[in-house]
Amino acid sequence: MIRTNTSNVTIVDYRAGNLASVVKAVTALGATPEVTSDPEVVAKASKIILPGVGHFAATQFLSDRGLTAAMRSRIADGVPFLGICVGLQWLFEGSTEAPGVSGGGFLRGHCERFVTAEKVPHVGWNSLSVRPQSRLMAGVADGSYVYFTHSYRAGQQEDAVAVTNYGGPFTAAVEAGNIMGVQFHPEKSGKAGLTILKNFLEL
Amino acid sequence: MKGIQFVDLIDAGDPAALAVAHAEAGADEIVLLDITATHEERGTLIETVRRASRGLFIPFTVGGGIRELRDAAAVFDAGADKISINSAAVARPELIEEIGRSFGAQAVIVAIDARRAADGADPVRGAEVFIAGGRKNTGLRVLDWAREAESRGAGEILLTSMDADGMRNGFDCELTAMVSESVSIPVIASGGAGTAAHFAEVFDGGRADAALAASIFHFGVSSARELKTELATHGIPVRLPC
Repeated sequence: MIRTNTSNVTIVDYRAGNLASVVKAVTALGATPEVTSDPEVVAKASKIILPGVGHFAATQFLSDRGLTAAMRSRIADGVPFLGICVGLQWLFEGSTEAPGVSGGGFLRGHCERFVTAEKVPHVGWNSLSVRPQSRLMAGVADGSYVYFTHSYRAGQQEDAVAVTNYGGPFTAAVEAGNIMGVQFHPEKSGKAGLTILKNFLEL
Repeated sequence: MKGIQFVDLIDAGDPAALAVAHAEAGADEIVLLDITATHEERGTLIETVRRASRGLFIPFTVGGGIRELRDAAAVFDAGADKISINSAAVARPELIEEIGRSFGAQAVIVAIDARRAADGADPVRGAEVFIAGGRKNTGLRVLDWAREAESRGAGEILLTSMDADGMRNGFDCELTAMVSESVSIPVIASGGAGTAAHFAEVFDGGRADAALAASIFHFGVSSARELKTELATHGIPVRLPC
């Protein structure tokens, strides 16, 4: 098992699916996760993970509870932030999955449903084209497989550090300074996924 | 535990230890089915799920004995990523929607145990849905039930051919193709895997999006690593373990 020598990480709980696997993976890597829905706790976080499985509308909880403001403030302070799946989508301006719900707006553009003859949702392992200079993707070989399960995605954009193809290319991972996100599930992607989480935890 | 055509069950070992061993051998996903839970009116083996999930960093699906939303919640809480429902979904199809609303559609797999029709002009199109671990014929057509499961928001369909199960003579490619071409969600083929060529057949002619195997791995006939290495030579894209 690869382990990290890092400190603690705050995992934001917004009632969107199950956090157990993210908690388990970062724990196995040697971190001490703190799961919270309390904006005051988030406001003191030294690292933030926003997981997410399910519907973009669930992110409404973040603004309702003051979590958006807390995360925005911490991100502005330079704290490393990792959005996973819907957590990545939340970094954008919004998603056509829930047009009335705003995203964090840290990255330009909207997430949209796949337009493809392939089956939707996109479920399963798919390979990554990795941009070499990424801190998040360090040690992850080009062509590595990771696990996806989603119906909406962000198109290609400049901050992408990994791109996947499913009925056309889309953003699999982004990195803009301390703001990072992955559309796939690193906690479910075997060794490649654990490497990515370890990279984040060691930032 | 593993059976042949759903009977003659024999014990294959500790499920939690097997799950982790298969993951390390390169399996892409683990499905743990407590196949007699409904029949014996037991709940899911929560403690086994918890133990297995601790060492698993790939997708983990659990099925058997999930009758209500709160059963599903307990299984997710124990570390499952997806749940598979079978008998309970037939009894009350709204359960698919309820679990989907709480945990996301991607977390709900509807498992269909199918047997080709004994008579009739088209035994594949006439295939029927069985529940309670294959003990009870519902009279539902597989095709109709698969479409309903999709319309109620199932994320995937796990289609097991009872005719092929445990025979190691190959998947029921005709049945799999019929279902896979009729729905727009992924279909996982199950039942009958004996060789790597069988996997190649079900991905190709069977239009399967994924394939599940038990016997050939449990009894050491082939590891996931060997299987995938051979599939790669058939030109099928696979994730090879490091």
